[in-house]
Amino acid sequence: MLTAQNHTHYAKAELKATTVDDAQIYARLAPVFHDVFDDDTIELTPTLAAKDVDGWDSLTHIRLMLSVEKAFKVKFSTSDLGSLRNVGDLVALIRKRTPSP
Amino acid sequence: MKQIYSELQWLPKAPADFSPRLKVLAQSTQACGLDLQRLAQHSLDLNQLTKLSKAVGTLRSRSTPAAALMHPLVNFRLAILSNSTTDLVVPALTASALRYGVNLEMIQPAYDQVAQEALNPDSEVNRSKPDAVLLALDYRALPLTLSPGDAPASEATCNAALDYLRSLRDGIKASSGATCIFQTLAAPPETLFGALDRSLPGTLRYLIDTINRQVSELARSGGDLVLDVAGLAETVGLADWHGTHQWNLAKFAFTEEYVPLYADHVARLVAAIRGKSRKVLILDLDNTLWGGVIGDDGLEGIKLAQGDATGEAHLHVQRLALDLRRRGVPLAVSSKNDDDVARRPFQQHPEMLLKLEHIAVFQANWRDKATNIQAIAEELSLGLDAMVFLDDNPVERGLVRELLPQVAVPELPEDAAFYARTLAAAGYFEAIALSGEDLKRAAQYQENAKRAELQKQVGGVEAYLVSLDMTITFQPFDAPGRARIAQLINKSNQYNLTTRRYTEAEVREAQANPSVLTLQVRLEDRFGDNGMISVVICRPGAAHQWEIDTWLMSCRVLGRRVENMVLREILRQAQAHDIETLVGIYIPSDRNKMVADHYQKLGFTKVSEDAAGVTQWHLAVAGAEPEAAPMKIVLNDPSGEREDAVA
Repeated sequence: MLTAQNHTHYAKAELKATTVDDAQIYARLAPVFHDVFDDDTIELTPTLAAKDVDGWDSLTHIRLMLSVEKAFKVKFSTSDLGSLRNVGDLVALIRKRTPSP
Repeated sequence: MKQIYSELQWLPKAPADFSPRLKVLAQSTQACGLDLQRLAQHSLDLNQLTKLSKAVGTLRSRSTPAAALMHPLVNFRLAILSNSTTDLVVPALTASALRYGVNLEMIQPAYDQVAQEALNPDSEVNRSKPDAVLLALDYRALPLTLSPGDAPASEATCNAALDYLRSLRDGIKASSGATCIFQTLAAPPETLFGALDRSLPGTLRYLIDTINRQVSELARSGGDLVLDVAGLAETVGLADWHGTHQWNLAKFAFTEEYVPLYADHVARLVAAIRGKSRKVLILDLDNTLWGGVIGDDGLEGIKLAQGDATGEAHLHVQRLALDLRRRGVPLAVSSKNDDDVARRPFQQHPEMLLKLEHIAVFQANWRDKATNIQAIAEELSLGLDAMVFLDDNPVERGLVRELLPQVAVPELPEDAAFYARTLAAAGYFEAIALSGEDLKRAAQYQENAKRAELQKQVGGVEAYLVSLDMTITFQPFDAPGRARIAQLINKSNQYNLTTRRYTEAEVREAQANPSVLTLQVRLEDRFGDNGMISVVICRPGAAHQWEIDTWLMSCRVLGRRVENMVLREILRQAQAHDIETLVGIYIPSDRNKMVADHYQKLGFTKVSEDAAGVTQWHLAVAGAEPEAAPMKIVLNDPSGEREDAVA
């Protein structure tokens, strides 16, 4: 623990780039999708987009974004939301907006 | 602290299996309105409300007629006209209405078609003949031209806004006859001058203040209603309420975080229109009305003082209860306590705001609270769905929710400082108007609560006694009653002829001795069960004599001729045991002067008096006929094991 603390700064920078971090985000993101779309069978992949999911219209999209903000305790800016094409983009955005632990 | 509101914290958290249960319900082939209502009575977030609404949609689509599977919920059709996006709000409204037992059908015309829908007799809203139309307009819907410092222009702007609202109302009224629900306007947090905005005509804040005052008047004049959105927004904070980015992004009139709160408030109004608001507040005592436990801490130990933080928190609860009572909500008490112990703070504690006269039904005993709440409902001739039960104890809350799901039981935070706020936030007693009838109802319950006053009003004592509908129960001592018998023997001071104290073991001995007559007496009346109110022990004296060793009675039942009925029972048993004379003894103490004439009043003859003032009295059993009192008599089987003689 002591060692880790001494290197917190570097460790954080490294973690951000790893896929382990993304996997954690995916794991936390899936239940949010299941809740919003009321469908537990949705599997998240980086390329998954609105056209692939039943009921992912513009309104549900907003509810999804609000739910993600709440679940990850992040705030998206208006311009953030305009740039999303798929789940991969969303995960990247969450990673970008998540305060370093 | 705003979480009390934004998270609807008076409601219990949703069960973990919320979604699966909903899926099962959506496929139900039988009416499941009550199941939906119970699920809705949790603090649901936007996604959960959306799911619930979806399940309702599924049920309606599978149901013929559409409301059949929603039985026994009451139907209500609500149209919503708004200058904002209502797509998040509409499902939340459908789901929140379930909480109040309302099957809400929403009519949602296309976005921002307010004037067209209201003014065109053939519009979707007008054609659908809704019960009510919610004019969900915020300040951006009105032509509010700023004119700082220009009072005439400011007035003209407000008048134009009011005229617009009036024209919408008139259009809706003429074409559909629906009730209109106006909204007050939540002012945006931005000011132009700063503090001056509030008082300077023509600023946005000034315009909104003026319109909010006038819209209430507009509603009142036409028999319409107001949803106080300004009040809601101020409660949670204007900066939080107005999510500018969400307006920019999707034209949400307020932050989505408050959709559940907003929807619940609309649902309350709809429920109030349908007469489904709650009517009675039932209060726990220990750690709810005061801090501490009266039975353990005593009158001096309970926390109930100004200047003591805990005491003030509980006084706050009392003040709210008293205010509710003044507006026509009768109060009742359900407490696990001995009755007289529970009443003591009401009678003797100087800091108590609530007095016994404020309590319509007082149920302090050791039975479970569900039974007591049921008794209260019966006493007041109101349904369980009219009851709210406030209790700090989560176990009691859970029990009542489980056994009596119709009763509203608010969750309470740990800190008593927020009890009153949480109760108020729940909005159980939402009213759409204050009628003269409401105030009369309060007075009526007050009469019921004040037995003594009734005595003066209703045709004399006898009529009063008859009106009490009393049942007296006689029972020999038994094991279940023993603790209470010993307690009465050891603490009754005033109505106690001999003040002889006995331990529980001695009480048991008396019970076991066949030559000793023992009586425990209970009294029930239309105000509730008074519990055990009298204890008698007669021991064999000289031949064919019974000596009345102990005779005591609770002062709460004074003036009802209970003592006459007790004597009649003693005489009845005396005859059966071949007793010829009853011997009464009065031993004066410094507390029992009130019974010095007890035996004389009952027809006994004084036979002796010693230097200490101890008097002896005789009554011949044959021919003795003390005046009866109007009450039903129940004799409990001496060999029976029944714990409670009074059903």
